[in-house]
Amino acid sequence: MTSEANTLVDKPKTFAELRAGVESGAIKSACLVSDYYDRIAAANPELNVYLSLSRERASEQAARVDAVAAKGDPLPPLAGVPVGIKDLLVMRGTPATAGSKILEGYRPPYDATAVARLDAAGSVVLGKTNCDEFGMGSSNENSAYGPVRNPVDTERVPGGSSGGSAAAVAANLAVAALGTDTGGSIRQPASFCGVVGVLPTYGRVSRYGLIAFASSLDRIGPLAANVRDAAAVLGVIAGHDPKDATSSPAPVDDYAAESGKAVDGFRIGVPDEYFGEGLDDEVRSSIEKGIDALRAAGCAIKRISLPSTKYAIPTYYLLATAEASANLARFDGVRYGYRSKAQESLSGMYRRSRDEGFGAEVKRRILLGTYALSAGYYDAYYLKAQQVRRLLAEEFLRAFAGVDAIVTPTSPMPAFKLGEKTDDPISMYLADIYTVTASLAGICGVSVPCGTTKAGLPVGMQVLAGHFQESKAFRVARAVEAAQSSLV
Amino acid sequence: MAGKVTIEDVERVAELANLELAPDEKPRMLRDLNAILDYVAELNELDTSGVAPLAQVSELQGAVSGTSLRQDSLEPSLDRAEVMSGAPETDGAFFKVPKVIER
Repeated sequence: MTSEANTLVDKPKTFAELRAGVESGAIKSACLVSDYYDRIAAANPELNVYLSLSRERASEQAARVDAVAAKGDPLPPLAGVPVGIKDLLVMRGTPATAGSKILEGYRPPYDATAVARLDAAGSVVLGKTNCDEFGMGSSNENSAYGPVRNPVDTERVPGGSSGGSAAAVAANLAVAALGTDTGGSIRQPASFCGVVGVLPTYGRVSRYGLIAFASSLDRIGPLAANVRDAAAVLGVIAGHDPKDATSSPAPVDDYAAESGKAVDGFRIGVPDEYFGEGLDDEVRSSIEKGIDALRAAGCAIKRISLPSTKYAIPTYYLLATAEASANLARFDGVRYGYRSKAQESLSGMYRRSRDEGFGAEVKRRILLGTYALSAGYYDAYYLKAQQVRRLLAEEFLRAFAGVDAIVTPTSPMPAFKLGEKTDDPISMYLADIYTVTASLAGICGVSVPCGTTKAGLPVGMQVLAGHFQESKAFRVARAVEAAQSSLV
Repeated sequence: MAGKVTIEDVERVAELANLELAPDEKPRMLRDLNAILDYVAELNELDTSGVAPLAQVSELQGAVSGTSLRQDSLEPSLDRAEVMSGAPETDGAFFKVPKVIER
């Protein structure tokens, strides 16, 4: 067994290193899997990253990879890469909780398309990662199975809702992971944990097998330790899927290769509205250094304005909760998961099952969404928010007519302490202030590590690009990554 | 936009959402809903008259948007026995629920 040092944070091997090792026989996929399970066993009691492990599936897949390598046959693109899957995606025969008590014990009978594609590409799924209940949260404190702790500083949150996936990569408990992002749930935890997180364009990755929160906003995307590997995962999971009518037929670029191309001549927009009141000084200074690095790499930096930005959080919370109230109606104790013992009547059984199964934040959002959709309020809230969504989206499209990419901080602050924001939903919602805009506009983005605070907390830069312009976002993110040593 | 939410509104909305809030949950939900609705009232500053609502973004994505519907043809679906095995109560073919009609 090729055991690595079992420190909490150390860098995973790159895909290229893994591949070379598996190809030459120096790394056996089966040994690697067993090493990762050892690491998980050591770290999980403190970090609470994994909710369940898929040992059998992993060892079968590792054996297949090793057999291909032993024969000297060509290896699939992600051969032997150990990955974690956010527990909001379903996997055949493995528990799917969505971080909720209401799905306790449920084992779905099929694989999400993104998981099936990872599987077909030779990657080894280690297990399911912790998350905020149904993806509703920005700190991972809304998981019914307890919070995840940030591997960089265990007194702090990893961000959310894909906190488990970000922490898994940061603590090297997986080489890459899948997360989901509805309002920032991949990008913000990536920034808090110091890893790369990708929000693909809406329609780029099939949502089949994603437990729905807000269907017009939900996306699946990768997290990894570096830009090239995150891009490689996207290249595998992207593409049209007949099982998701909103998935796009747009051709899939070789994102990993594209990510290495130079950015000289790129026009980079820096929107004033993302650098105003509420932005932490150390985050601002790190991002400014990142922008200097892009200038040094040959980019033209342009100040731009996106004046509707301040309306994004209210718009997002009205639309996302309205969609959630409809999507979460399916959890009623009939088809899967938890059913209340109280069964005096059918409607009573529905109510008690939902009341006992859902956590406080999920109930709060269902109530807000139901209110915004109810007779007499629909026009004032839901319709109004849909109109503002168009203004926000069109503003981005106009901006992208003049720039190749837009860069901002991913989050206004570095990782905060556990318990710091749990009492005030609005202050928690404001943690998403820089990420919800791209969610509403359907555009793509990457959060890339961009320096640290004096206390050593990671800062993330968000690189946004237009619809299906992932290659541009990866190139800019890669340029920031390449300048890392000068950003600390 | 509408005025303050009352405890009766919270109860009515909970009923619409098939939630049965415990008595101690209601005041907290009332407080939070009012705070959130006050906050979202900011949208009223924007004049959106004549702006068409945007339900989802594919119309902005042009020809490559995923809006095509597949052919409506018979295809194998999930295995019934496997699906039923996830249900809290089943006879193998159907989901069982508390009785709704008295004979």
